[in-house]
Amino acid sequence: MSEAKVDRRDFLSSGGRFLLLTSAAAAAYEHVLAGAPEKAPNYKTTEHWWAMTIDIDRCIGCGNCVRACKTENDVPIESSFFRTWVERYHVEGTEMERPEVDSPNGGYDGFREKYKAGEGSKDFFVPKLCNHCAHSPCVQVCPVGATFVSPDGVVMVDKAYCLGCRYCVLACPYGCRFIDPRTETVDKCSLCYHRITKGLTTACCETCPTGARKLGDLKNPNDPIHEFLKNHKVHVLKPQMATGAKVFYHALDGSVR
Amino acid sequence: MRHLIKDKEHLFRMAALFVAGIFMFVILRAVMVPKGFGTLGHYRPGALEDNAKKTPVFAGKPACLECHTDMVEKQKGSKHAAINCEACHGAQGVHATDPEKKPIRPDPKAVCLVCHTANVAKPKGFPQIDPKTHMEGGPCNECHAPHHPEKGPEKPAVQEAKK
Ligand code: HEC
Ligand code: HEC
Ligand code: HEC
Ligand code: HEC
Repeated sequence: MSEAKVDRRDFLSSGGRFLLLTSAAAAAYEHVLAGAPEKAPNYKTTEHWWAMTIDIDRCIGCGNCVRACKTENDVPIESSFFRTWVERYHVEGTEMERPEVDSPNGGYDGFREKYKAGEGSKDFFVPKLCNHCAHSPCVQVCPVGATFVSPDGVVMVDKAYCLGCRYCVLACPYGCRFIDPRTETVDKCSLCYHRITKGLTTACCETCPTGARKLGDLKNPNDPIHEFLKNHKVHVLKPQMATGAKVFYHALDGSVR
Repeated sequence: MRHLIKDKEHLFRMAALFVAGIFMFVILRAVMVPKGFGTLGHYRPGALEDNAKKTPVFAGKPACLECHTDMVEKQKGSKHAAINCEACHGAQGVHATDPEKKPIRPDPKAVCLVCHTANVAKPKGFPQIDPKTHMEGGPCNECHAPHHPEKGPEKPAVQEAKK
């Protein structure tokens, strides 16, 4: 029997080379499959960075945004599915820790008078939606890359690729996600991506009568959002979570969660 | 070394198994990883187009004003001028692309109350009314033109009542 020419070192090095080559070939093959990425005309994702400002002092709780959002985005009409909703806060005296919060049908039907003036309480509306966080916890937990921050700063769902595992629903500190019962995939505010890429504002901002909510493009130096942020003291929800939230609230009360 | 060579049979089998495994992995990966995945980030770039391709349902005020050019003049100086048409008229994307499909006119009383019904949670500066007591709850457009509510409607008698 002849002496073997292969020792351990040889075996490992050639094996390693083999593995390396196959993975490189796989990567190359993937590129062949991918082709050139398609591009939307006139809209360059890298030239935008979307955000929203909400002025609590202007919100009248009419519910236009909630209705418009459901119409525009075909959100299930049942009262547990919202991409945006409005909450009513009732804070008595110094009871900052225990505000009374209600949101009947998410504000879809408006708010019936529930409290009386002059009771030493503070009442106001807080519209809520996805905060389109730059460092979003929901994106970090997705096991398949079906939710992500787009190059223009929109936290987006890939419905064709979502497994419906619900990790992101639990991870969102703001409760902005739900499972669409029709598709069993996750759904959330897309910042009306089909509108903002066509030069329109979001449906909620379009129908807001007082300008309480305004879409803004932080990469556009001429966008009024810069004036707003310069001239108003703003706050984001749960800043302690360091999510990089991009929905800026003016006149937000400390009792708001 | 000797015994190693003697038993080389099973080494070959194992190597074959490895090769088959790697081959399977490469094939499965190529099939299962979506097109372009990872070119922009840890996601499928096609999802951007998927999200962008829907047709807007709300047309936006500039679209309305393209045809309803008289509206600018009608609303001049009114506090309602800043409100977008579809805040009151609802989604009119279909009408804006095909004017033959006429929108339903909003009920001039119901639509006003959506915004103007008094509520303590509303900002204090916002004009609010109690629909039961404000001017005996008459139809709002008898005294306020919806597009310019500070001005009375065309009827002079009501203009008088307003003074
Ligand atoms: C392509 C042109 C066009 C656009 C864009 C357009 N309209 Fe019209 N609209 C018309 C025409 C034409 C009529 C019919 C006028 C008539 O019959 O007197 C009409 C009628 C109306 C009416 C009255 C219906 C009635 O009962 O008399 C309303 C309300 C209306 N439009 C609202 C809107 C709104 C809101 C928008 C913006 C989303 C809009 N329109 C965009 C052309 C347009
Ligand atoms: C504050 C709510 C409100 C807003 C904002 C509003 N409308 Fe109207 N509009 C009404 C109501 C209510 C009527 C129905 C009047 C009636 O039946 O007497 C009406 C009627 C109309 C009509 C048909 C009758 C007419 O007066 O010519 C047209 C056309 C129309 N609106 C277009 C527009 C357009 C275009 C805009 C945006 C520039 C707009 N409206 C904004 C409430 C509104
Ligand atoms: C979508 C919300 C909305 C609807 C619907 C609406 N309004 Fe208004 N209205 C406003 C806003 C916003 C203002 C401006 C408030 C301000 O600037 O302080 C306003 C102002 C007014 C004013 C002027 C008040 C003042 O301080 O001089 C009157 C009067 C008025 N509306 C009447 C009506 C009538 C009548 C209708 C029904 C045809 C109506 N509004 C429907 C939002 C609305
Ligand atoms: C009989 C005529 C008449 C009718 C009907 C009427 N209003 Fe008025 N409205 C007035 C007059 C006059 C004023 C201004 C005097 C005042 O502030 O009380 C006024 C003021 C208002 C204001 C401004 C209040 C403020 O605090 O500045 C609003 C908002 C308003 N009306 C909404 C409505 C709505 C909504 C309806 C329908 C439910 C309606 N009005 C029906 C005559 C009328």
